[in-house]
Amino acid sequence: MTHNVYVYILLAAAVSFLIRVLPLTLIRRQITNPFLRSFLYYVPYVTLAVMTFPAIVEAVQVPLAGVAALVVGVVLAWCGAGLFPVAVSCCATVFLIEWLARIL
Amino acid sequence: MPSEHLRRDVLRGVRDGFPIGLGYFAVAFSLGITAKTAGLTPFQGFIASFLNHASAGEYALFTLIAADAAYWELAAVIFITNMRYLLMSAALSQKFAPETAFRHRVLTGFGITDEIFGLGIAYDGWLSPAYLYSAFLLADLCWSCGTATGIAAGNVLPLNVVSALSVAIYGMFLAIIIPPARRDKVVAALVLIAFGCSFAFSVLPLVSGLSGGTRTIILTVALSSAAALLFPVKTEPAEGGAGA
Repeated sequence: MTHNVYVYILLAAAVSFLIRVLPLTLIRRQITNPFLRSFLYYVPYVTLAVMTFPAIVEAVQVPLAGVAALVVGVVLAWCGAGLFPVAVSCCATVFLIEWLARIL
Repeated sequence: MPSEHLRRDVLRGVRDGFPIGLGYFAVAFSLGITAKTAGLTPFQGFIASFLNHASAGEYALFTLIAADAAYWELAAVIFITNMRYLLMSAALSQKFAPETAFRHRVLTGFGITDEIFGLGIAYDGWLSPAYLYSAFLLADLCWSCGTATGIAAGNVLPLNVVSALSVAIYGMFLAIIIPPARRDKVVAALVLIAFGCSFAFSVLPLVSGLSGGTRTIILTVALSSAAALLFPVKTEPAEGGAGA
């Protein structure tokens, strides 16, 4: 059986769409259950933290550059820097350290 | 003055969507190289990225196309790799004013990615659909163009530039989770524990064999449940909802 690339693409899109849209459309009101409310309050922070580390170290060529980017990002964000400055500083840190690693 | 609000929200969305778009372009570019090996044309890559906009999910999609996998297999893998969006969608539902129209829920739901979700959570007060639409459209177009360019142009971006740009997304995650961690000690501890557990899960036998998406779900459910049991949040169920 041969498969069609467009069927693959549309099937993946349909599954992703349902996953993304169902909770938002089914949960129409504010949840009052204290456990669920607290659970959903904590979810974003845990999810984003889990996705950040150690992925930031694995995404770059020199692991130390990833560690440095993590430290720079945490310090700047702690001091109140916005999304863009923090993101750019992390990129610059990686670029700089990987450049140093090559010439040293 | 609703139009004034609308204008402000759209502009703010463009401002916050821009850095996401930059990071997306670089990541999507490398994803395009994978898509090319699966035999996709730049147009197919663009469509796939515009509709799916999920890095792990699309990586799975392209490798399964290359492997000529069964359709049901693809559906199952996409479900598992993208299951974290179920949780994000549920969390975002609490950020919408209860009277928000159905179409806005559907369309913002379609736009959920790790980063757009991050923006939604960081937004103060009830979420503005216009804000998320503009941020999402800009970011998703960068994502789709990045994929198409990656397929068409292969290896034109030097490796060190791709490497540097690939951390933009994590920098943004940090900018979202660290300020609340500074205000709330429970969140701060939770972030640290999440870093530690995530690292442990990436090296320990058995669990390290799971996909990144599955590990994210397991840790999110386990750690958020524990925090909710030990430190229930006392906020009123009115303005703001989750996060803020």
